[in-house]
Amino acid sequence: MSALFFLIPISLLLLGAAIAAFLWAVDHDQFDDLEQEGERILFDDRASDERDTTRPGSPS
Amino acid sequence: MSEALEAIPTPTKPCCKGVAAPPESPPPGEQRGEETPPTSPLERFDDPAFQQQFVRRASDGHCAVTLSVSGMRCAGCAWRLEAGVNALPGVSEAQFGVAQARAQVRWNPSRLRLSEILSQIEALGCRAQPFVPDGHEQLLRDERRSALRRLGVSGLGTMQVMMFSIGLYTGAFGELEPAYRDLLRLASALVATPVLAYAGLPFFRSAWRDLRDRRVGAELPIALALTVAYGASVLSLFTGRGEVYFDSVCMFVFFLTLARTIEGQLRARSELRIHGLSARLPEQVHQWVDGRCRDVPLTALQSGDVIELRAGEVVPADGIVVSGRGEVDEAILSGEPTPVRKQPGDAVFAGSANLDAPVRLRVERVGADSTVSQIATLLDRAQLSKPPVAVLADRVARAFLTGVLLAAGAVAAYWAWFDAPRAVPIVVSVLVATCPCALSLATPAALAAATHALAERGLLIKKGHVLESLAQVGRVVFDKTGTLTEATPVLSRVDSLQPGVDPATATLLATALEQTSRHPIARALRAELPASSTLPPVDALELIPGRGAAGQIGGRRFRFGRPDWSRALAAAPAIAADGLDSPRAGTTALLSDDKTPLAAFYFETRPRPEARDAVGWLERRGYATALLSGDPARQEVATLATRLGIQEAHAGTSPEEKLRIADRWVSGGDVVLAVGDGVNDAPLLGRAQVSLAMGSGSDLAHLEADAVLLEDRLATIPLALEWAHRTRRVMRQNFAWALGYNACALPLAAMGLLPPYLAAIGMSLSSLLVVANSLRLRHPPPGAGGATS
Repeated sequence: MSALFFLIPISLLLLGAAIAAFLWAVDHDQFDDLEQEGERILFDDRASDERDTTRPGSPS
Repeated sequence: MSEALEAIPTPTKPCCKGVAAPPESPPPGEQRGEETPPTSPLERFDDPAFQQQFVRRASDGHCAVTLSVSGMRCAGCAWRLEAGVNALPGVSEAQFGVAQARAQVRWNPSRLRLSEILSQIEALGCRAQPFVPDGHEQLLRDERRSALRRLGVSGLGTMQVMMFSIGLYTGAFGELEPAYRDLLRLASALVATPVLAYAGLPFFRSAWRDLRDRRVGAELPIALALTVAYGASVLSLFTGRGEVYFDSVCMFVFFLTLARTIEGQLRARSELRIHGLSARLPEQVHQWVDGRCRDVPLTALQSGDVIELRAGEVVPADGIVVSGRGEVDEAILSGEPTPVRKQPGDAVFAGSANLDAPVRLRVERVGADSTVSQIATLLDRAQLSKPPVAVLADRVARAFLTGVLLAAGAVAAYWAWFDAPRAVPIVVSVLVATCPCALSLATPAALAAATHALAERGLLIKKGHVLESLAQVGRVVFDKTGTLTEATPVLSRVDSLQPGVDPATATLLATALEQTSRHPIARALRAELPASSTLPPVDALELIPGRGAAGQIGGRRFRFGRPDWSRALAAAPAIAADGLDSPRAGTTALLSDDKTPLAAFYFETRPRPEARDAVGWLERRGYATALLSGDPARQEVATLATRLGIQEAHAGTSPEEKLRIADRWVSGGDVVLAVGDGVNDAPLLGRAQVSLAMGSGSDLAHLEADAVLLEDRLATIPLALEWAHRTRRVMRQNFAWALGYNACALPLAAMGLLPPYLAAIGMSLSSLLVVANSLRLRHPPPGAGGATS
């Protein structure tokens, strides 16, 4: 039971980490749109090789 | 670019109007008065000076821009736009977000111009322009973020403290050494303190403000309970005696924050930004200076300047015509799609669209002084004076809270006198048990559920009072054109006037002559054209404002338009066919060649198919109905009213008259629901207690109305009214439950029979029950109401 003196402070540290992660997520737009990203997987993707990755000025 | 359009797969089930609309149709809201202008207005976005403000250059030479996009309704629209823009060669990345109505596009400037990206977006049915950060939107975003942060902190904190509490509770039944008990208590305190200080801060701040102003607000008992509970717990922590209530404190804060967040979200979503009037006005105008025509920004325009207005352009400011004759679409002001002829000396208004011929005007009033802006300010004021429909929650809350505080005080006094050590937990229990948690959730939870459900069905609610006001409505008032009737006329009949002239051929000829015109008749003809037909080529095509179209097809000369002008080509006498020579332009047209009149065309504005059912439903339920129209044709208005079953009809009403009639009803005690679409409805929409704008209506109507009918489906009105009644019932149930629980818990707590943790649990459960009850509102009632299909 004396382990509690050790474990409880660790749990507080973990709590701190969890809260920090949550605050980071909020500040980085993770919670801004909760619906669209979920529906995105239902739509077909266009093949990514059709996207343009050429550099401007290079012959194409 | 058309190949790109064809390559885009369409989802099999259209998600909403935005996706189902074919690429060729103009964006919703632009149906009246003007068509999408040719690409050239977009080309100004390619101007390097302009781009400097909005376009970012990446180190690899690609350009990136953030766009404001209007017209996206759901994730399906965003996906379609993403697919469409990504399909353009030269685009490396395009992301469209519905929630923020924004897009991020990265592209290769040597392969593609920004104007092409924008015109692709327009081809897909939406409108885009460079994003200008709006202070208001930023504010809403920040508010939402802080609410989420507080929710996260209090939620995680609550979970942790409850873990510690399990140790304390189980320990209380057996043997728990003081050292471990104090450890758990200390840990709880260490978590509860930041939770209280951070997430609980808004409550303390509001309570302090209420105290200062000597007002009773919902936060006062809450702040009191939190202070007492926390203080007592800290005391117990250090003295080693008594109980700790850190878990109750955290739970308290978490549930209250949850309630506030839901409420805040609801309010924020209601304050939707809609493209205001200023989006219609051009940014550049052609000004005549020293005999030369130059492009200047709209902001530089002043009264007295002379400007050139080309065909298809939007009038930038109020002015008087100096030279030129043309037809102008004033639908944005009058709601009537029939063009108005203008000649030198006539006034034109900002926001209307010049249809066919170039016109020169002298500017009279610019910007905020223009008629349209003045109407906007007028009805802002009308809104402020709108009698508020008493909101149920406010009435109940105030009485309740005062009662709670008095009760807590009495209990504290009693126990402090008789049995002091028990006073603290008992007072805490009393305050917790009577906490207006469930009460404060009663309204927002129900409103959130109902608002969301109605939004999915095409009713966008913008103001918070709408559902509660709708439940009290007794009278429904409609506008005619564009509301009860379709926004554009329909070709109803073609009569051949000569043997050997086939109506279908005549229609083809007429459509060919009108193919480039923006006149409503031209649009009606084009709408009738089967997709596979080809129009014959027209030579010497001339569009004459106020008269019609003239041209040569296959060597023959034709005129299509006003009957008297058209038959003048053949020098034919007046025709006796019904109504053909009456002076009502816009409903009859004649096709003639140079020998004889050939065919007569009749157009009408049809009532919307579901109008009759919707009005019938209203009649059956006992609503008083009325029709207020700006159209001066008394007979037509009366006929329409009888056909649909509307009790009262007024024709030829100006915006001021509509306002006067509405005043009469409102001061007579009626609660009025007004449905309209044009700017001339705006004062009426402002005065009525609840107002609905048609989705295809003018921007000003959208701005002023309390809610928008997204797909113009009148059938949504009965649905909304039913839903509003259900919402009111659910809110009453929520109140009954919340108050009932509080009423039962109070005596128990006062007598010392309810320990604080039990009080907190009970409070949480009652909140959950209120939310669960409100969730029932997300689904339509069994046997969904009357006129819906």
